[in-house]
Amino acid sequence: MSLLRTEKLHKSFGDTHAVDHVDFLVEQGEVLSLIGSNGAGKTTLVNLISGLLPPDSGKIFLQERDITFLSVYDRIKAGLARSFQLVNLFDQLTTLDNIALAIFARQEKTRQLTTLAENDDAVTHEALDVLDAFGLQNRWDMLAAGLAQGERKLLDVAVAYALRPRLLFLDEPTSGVSTRDKARIMDTITAVVRAGHITAVIIEHDMDVVFTYSDRIVVMHEGAILADGTPDAIRANDEVATTLLGKPATG
Amino acid sequence: MTPLVTASRTLKPLRLLLYVAPLVLLLLLVPYLMAPYQAYLLSYGLIMAIAALGFNLLMGYTGLLSFGHSAYFGVGAYTAALMVKYLHVTSMELFLVGGLLATLVVTALFGFICVRHTRIFFSILTLALSQVLWSLAYKFFWVTGGTDGLRVPTPSLLAGLVRATSLSYSGKIISYYYYVLACFLLSVALMWVIVHSPFGKALQAIRDNETRASFIGIRVQRYRWYAFMVSGLFTGLAGILWVPLNGLTTPDILWWPFSGKIVFFSILGGFRSFVGPLLGAVAFNYLETYAISATVYWQLVLGGVLVLLVLLMPTGLVGLLSRLAFVWKRAT
Repeated sequence: MSLLRTEKLHKSFGDTHAVDHVDFLVEQGEVLSLIGSNGAGKTTLVNLISGLLPPDSGKIFLQERDITFLSVYDRIKAGLARSFQLVNLFDQLTTLDNIALAIFARQEKTRQLTTLAENDDAVTHEALDVLDAFGLQNRWDMLAAGLAQGERKLLDVAVAYALRPRLLFLDEPTSGVSTRDKARIMDTITAVVRAGHITAVIIEHDMDVVFTYSDRIVVMHEGAILADGTPDAIRANDEVATTLLGKPATG
Repeated sequence: MTPLVTASRTLKPLRLLLYVAPLVLLLLLVPYLMAPYQAYLLSYGLIMAIAALGFNLLMGYTGLLSFGHSAYFGVGAYTAALMVKYLHVTSMELFLVGGLLATLVVTALFGFICVRHTRIFFSILTLALSQVLWSLAYKFFWVTGGTDGLRVPTPSLLAGLVRATSLSYSGKIISYYYYVLACFLLSVALMWVIVHSPFGKALQAIRDNETRASFIGIRVQRYRWYAFMVSGLFTGLAGILWVPLNGLTTPDILWWPFSGKIVFFSILGGFRSFVGPLLGAVAFNYLETYAISATVYWQLVLGGVLVLLVLLMPTGLVGLLSRLAFVWKRAT
C-alpha cells in the first residue's frame, strides 16, 4: 500500500492548468524528489496535498484515507507536515520555542494557559534533542530572526520534523544558501529523516542535490508528470534531458 | 537538558523578582508616602493599566489591533451599574462576578464575528460593534440613564468585611486603592503566566506567521477567538473596578475615543513589551490629569504627545528606558 496517492488531481488558475489531472504516488520510507522547471506545478501540487489550496477536482489519499477535503489541521493530525520555499518561522520566538511550540501543538497542549511553557521539561528535552539533531543546539536561545539563512532553512525543516509526521514535504530546502551549506543541510535533513523512518518529498532545483540524495525522482512539466524513476533512470531519460536538463537527445 | 538552559531558566525568575519586588513595595507604600489624592489618582492609573494589559494580549501578542475595547470596559462598568439600579447589589465581589459574566458573553459574540477578519477589517469591525453598544447606552435612556448615566455608590469590599459606611473619606480611598492594587497585581501575574504559557506562545506564533502556525496544527481562528475573550475579560475587569471609583458611568466610556485612549496607552508605553502598556496607562493617566488642570487646550497637548511619540519614540517609554539603560551600562 502506498503512503500517499493522488487521483486525477487538478488545479487551474484562469487558463493555466497548474496541476493537470495528476496521479502522484509516494511509497512508505522513500526520499522522493519532485523536480521540474519554474511553473511546472511542483509547489502547487504540494500546496494541494498539504491543504494550502483546494483542488478543482481529483482526490488525495493518505494510506487510502481520503483527505481531499480535510482541513489543514486534520491533515497535520493525519501525519502530513511541510516546510516552505520561503522560510516560514516564528521570528520573534527563540529557536527553542519554535520547536517547542510544534511539540506542544502535536501534543494538543497549546490550550494550556495557566502553566508556563518552559516548565514542561519533557517538551524542552525533546525540543533540545530536535535542535541537536539539526545541529542548532548552540542557537537555542537566539531569536529565529537572528539566525543565518542556512540555519533558518534547517530550523524550518526542524519545526516540521518536530510534528513527527509520516510524510514530510520540503519545498526547496537549499534555496538561497551557499554550495557548501547545501551539502551540510541535505546531509543533516536526510540523516534525520532516514533515522526517524519518515517519508520525505523534496522539491528541488539543484540537480546535484536531487541525484545525490533521492531514492526516486518524479519530473513535472507543464502541470503533468513527465517521468518517474530512480536517479539513474531519470538521468538516462532523453525526454527529461531535453525538456529539463537542456541536453540534446541521445537518440 | 543542557546546564546552560537549566541555569538560564533558574536565573530568570530571580532576576524578575529583583525588578518586581521593589516596585510592589513602592505601590504598597503609596498611601503612607503620599496624600490620599495620589492614591486616588493612581487607582485610576492601575485600572487603566489592567485595561491596557487586556488590549495588549490582542495587539502585542496576537497581532490584532482592536479599536473597540471601550465596549468591554463599558460592559463591565454598565453591568455593575445596572446591578445597583435593578438588583440593589452593593457588594464589589458580586459586581465582579456579574460584570465578568456579561463581558464574557459580549466578547464571545463580538469575537466570533471579528476574528474571521484581520488587519484593517478586524479593526473596523471592532470599532463598529463597540459603537452599537454606545448607541444602545445613549438611546435606551430609561434603562441606562442616557447621557446622565448611572450612579454607583462605593460598594462593600471583601464580602462585606470592609463597609464604605464605616470609613472616613480618605479611608474609603485607601481601602479601595488596596483593592484595586490587589486586582492589578493578580491581573499582571495571571497575564504574565498566560503570555508565557503554551497558549501565549501559540498566539505569538499566529502574530509572527499565521500560515506556519496553521501548518503546525494551531487552529488560528479559534485561538484568535480565545485571545479575544481573554483580552475582553481583562478590559471588562477594569471597567468593573473603574465604576465605583468614578461613582458614575456614562456612554462616554463606550464611545470610540475611549478605545483610542486604550490604544494610546500601548503606544505611549510600547506595545512590543509586556510592561509597556502598563507603564503607558499609568503615565497617560497622569499626563491627562495634569494637562486638563493646566490648560483648556489639553487635547492639543495629548495630540502633540502622540505625534511626537510616533515620530521620535516608536518603541514607547519602555524602548526609551531600555535605550537609556543600555547607554548608562556602556558608560559605566
